[in-house]
Amino acid sequence: MQQDRAVSLAGAVEPLAKTLVVYLMAGPATPELAEAAVEGGADVVEIGFPFSDPLADGPVIRRAAERALAQGMRTRQCLECLRESRERIGVPLVPMTYSSILEAYGWERFADDARAAGATSLIVADLPAGERPELRRVQLVAPTSTDERIGLAAEQTDGWLYLVTLTGTTGARRELSPTLAGLVERARRFTAAPLYAGFGISTPDHARAAAGLADGIVVGSRAVEVAEDGPAALREYVASLRAALS
Amino acid sequence: MTAVGLFGTYGGRFVPETLIPALDELDAGWREASTDSSYRAELDELGRTYAGRPTPLTRANRFAPGRRVYLKREDLLHTGAHKLNNALGQAVLARRLGKHRIVAETGAGQHGVATATVCARFGLDCVVYMGEEDMRRQRPNVERMGLLGAEVRPVDFGTRTLKEATSEAIRDWITNVETTYYLIGSCVGPHPYPAIVRELQAVIGREARAQMLETEGTLPEVVVACVGGGSNAIGMFAGFVDDQNVRLVGVEAAGAASLGTGRPGVLHGARSSLLADEDGQILDAHSISAGLDYPGVGPEHAFLRDSGRAEYVSATDEEALAAFRQLAVTEGIIPALEPAHALARAADLEEELVLVCLSGRGDKDLAEVLAQQPHQVDA
Repeated sequence: MQQDRAVSLAGAVEPLAKTLVVYLMAGPATPELAEAAVEGGADVVEIGFPFSDPLADGPVIRRAAERALAQGMRTRQCLECLRESRERIGVPLVPMTYSSILEAYGWERFADDARAAGATSLIVADLPAGERPELRRVQLVAPTSTDERIGLAAEQTDGWLYLVTLTGTTGARRELSPTLAGLVERARRFTAAPLYAGFGISTPDHARAAAGLADGIVVGSRAVEVAEDGPAALREYVASLRAALS
Repeated sequence: MTAVGLFGTYGGRFVPETLIPALDELDAGWREASTDSSYRAELDELGRTYAGRPTPLTRANRFAPGRRVYLKREDLLHTGAHKLNNALGQAVLARRLGKHRIVAETGAGQHGVATATVCARFGLDCVVYMGEEDMRRQRPNVERMGLLGAEVRPVDFGTRTLKEATSEAIRDWITNVETTYYLIGSCVGPHPYPAIVRELQAVIGREARAQMLETEGTLPEVVVACVGGGSNAIGMFAGFVDDQNVRLVGVEAAGAASLGTGRPGVLHGARSSLLADEDGQILDAHSISAGLDYPGVGPEHAFLRDSGRAEYVSATDEEALAAFRQLAVTEGIIPALEPAHALARAADLEEELVLVCLSGRGDKDLAEVLAQQPHQVDA
């Protein structure tokens, strides 16, 4: 039932349970890891296509990107990873990357090929709302966003709106950012689309607190770290987040 | 792509959402300042009484015999390079915006020193990111920044040079955006930075143009400047871009020739011509000169290249080292390694009346140069 609900992102999500989005870096083991994450209770899986100079990312994801690039995860290999992941899981799959990758591949060509490989939508971390509105993607809003920009992002977003919980880069923090409540409240004024909060969320306590405010959460850096210990570890970690959300 | 901050198809604002409000605030603040005569007056006064403007235009008699080569002496500007023009202008802007903390990146250290200098002058907190490799090869500048009260944060991953320092400075800005002003060092980055830096460095070209007319009674046939991120060149070119008979030549490091050998890509917030592979992954640049060792370039230069208004060539490490020594023994001026690239190519141009931007002095490079060629004797 979780899977059925999660697949149809375009419509309103019934708030029976909160949505859990898990981010993984593309790599040879990722399809298996994605499957483990879904077994643990992930409703959506984001797959990072590594970029050499990821401005929005802190050290954990930056280092994971370096490793992925060293393993040869170029755009073609990442699309293949996406395809293999799609064969194993039924939940929405969302590649997340940076503009330079799309610029080189061709913006439309990337969107088309990603979709053909099984992508449900797309996130481009350094392409703000208003730029290339024809590129359908999940938009991000931040605590610093003006109301006007939240409205614009909400209008242009594909499926859900990504609330960046803190003013900073990706990476686990000790406490959940106090700015999330205000951002959720402002975003709700502009859209009925699901609001998923991400950046800095790593523990079940964070998950519970964030999900109390938003419709779901995104866990990135911590999931990437745990994934290094293998599918079983990742499944267990995701299950602990799922338990906190229920 | 929206029309905001574009030079043809280059430029733009490719940044995380978190920075958009800060860039909007910067844009509004810049528009207001640049049309405010008191801002202009303050910069003029700082230029005259603090920085040492106007800088001289020096005729080089022996460097290229048989030709008239003029050097615009940004090496004589306070702190030893053109970077201070930009740091002063942006520091005053930061103050107008109510920011008390400044973050910057630096390659050769000249922009870091200029930023630390203005922060000391205005009482602002200063954090400079510098690649560990650059810290090693530009040690004197690291020491100067410390003495000026800045905190230098080493960047120890990737190429450990300007590219990573720039990324870390931007990440810092993202994290501290409410209190912090990002004082970028070159005409790169998201809009409005390339335009701001050009306008602040345009004093070089405008002054040089007036000086040339006064001295020679005519405009130069060609203007030459080195190009890393491109700030001294864009400032120099700004004085002559409307003079169609003046040829504009930018000189890159051969191992960092983003305009000569690059392709379109997105780095540090702007679409420009980059050293990138076919996947859009940024490649490592290689140059003996830290200030040119950057795989990107200002978007306006990419536009000038494509439109044909400016041409871009390159010089090797060896050619730059030779020109470095040549200027020293023929004119008694030790240039920085960066403008030594411009000097290397200036020597083989066809034109007779040549203007070169001497963007900085070479004290910071003595150890590197002497380590390369300890026993070289010039012909």
